[in-house]
Amino acid sequence: MTLLHTVNKSPFESNTFDTCLGYAKDGSTVLLIEDGVYAATTGTSAAEKIKNASGVTFAVLGPDLQARGLEGKLADGIKVVDYEGFVNLVAEHDSVQSWL
Amino acid sequence: MASIEVNGKQFEVDEEGYLANLNEWEPAVGEAMAAAEDQVLTDEHWDIINFLREYYEEYQIAPAVRVLTKAVGKRLGKEKGNSKYLYELFPYGPGKQACKYAGLPKPTGCV
Amino acid sequence: MAVKKFMYVNRKAPYGSIYALESLEVVLIGAAFDQDVSLAFIGDGVYELTKGQNTEAIGQKNFSPTYSALGDYDVNKIYVEKESLEERGLTLDDLQHLVWEDEDDDWAEKDSIRLVSRAELADVMAEQDICLSF
Repeated sequence: MTLLHTVNKSPFESNTFDTCLGYAKDGSTVLLIEDGVYAATTGTSAAEKIKNASGVTFAVLGPDLQARGLEGKLADGIKVVDYEGFVNLVAEHDSVQSWL
Repeated sequence: MASIEVNGKQFEVDEEGYLANLNEWEPAVGEAMAAAEDQVLTDEHWDIINFLREYYEEYQIAPAVRVLTKAVGKRLGKEKGNSKYLYELFPYGPGKQACKYAGLPKPTGCV
Repeated sequence: MAVKKFMYVNRKAPYGSIYALESLEVVLIGAAFDQDVSLAFIGDGVYELTKGQNTEAIGQKNFSPTYSALGDYDVNKIYVEKESLEERGLTLDDLQHLVWEDEDDDWAEKDSIRLVSRAELADVMAEQDICLSF
């Protein structure tokens, strides 16, 4: 079973991102959307946690990153997907866990 | 939603007559809205209407009357940067009326 | 009417919730009352001011250009908390350059943003008559 996790909250405002990381097993993907994209930016403790979470794939929704003016701040090792890519991720995984 | 017809084309407006879709605006719409309120638009009116459109384009809001007055004074000359001049051009209120003709939403905070 | 010191405290990122936009609208409406207005951006609120926002693909209105109009509304005390920027890997260069024109100084452009520490901002906050939090 592979899971796609989505996180839509800022890592600074809630512990959703940390909780999700605790549940993300090897082979799963974490997709950061809406205010969740702030976890994908350089110089944050969240980006540090992403770097250390081996075995988990991280992706970020491009349109949400662009909306927030942070395209140039994306941390290494995080894949950018568009809406079509989002749909593909859903299709590639067995199920989706939307952390709210 | 209500609509007005200009040159055979339909334009949606809200219950107060403001254009629903800013991007549909063309000068003829402003002319038609003015005509419906018995106003003839002169070059002086168009200076203000064009200024409002440029302001909205840059800042994504219609300026408050106080801001409009100051900005017009700076750009079009001190003798035009006062509410007397602007109210003579737009007796129903420069913010309200000129914004309507410019196809903009009603200024924030304007009742 | 006696002039009071109003501070609007912005703590939320834009687009994920309506707080940031609502706060901005209240500030613009309130500016008509000639009060002593200042804005504080702390926590995720600093994200409201990032430059280069482009909301085309998410179908929401990009209201970030409106912050540049604040100077026209005589809102020119914009406090940004240093610690909040640092936690988020941001510097002032990542934010919009907000200015106001000083009518009494031949319309000279002056910076509106003041970078302050949490302790400094706490002092400014303590001087206010009214703080509104968003």
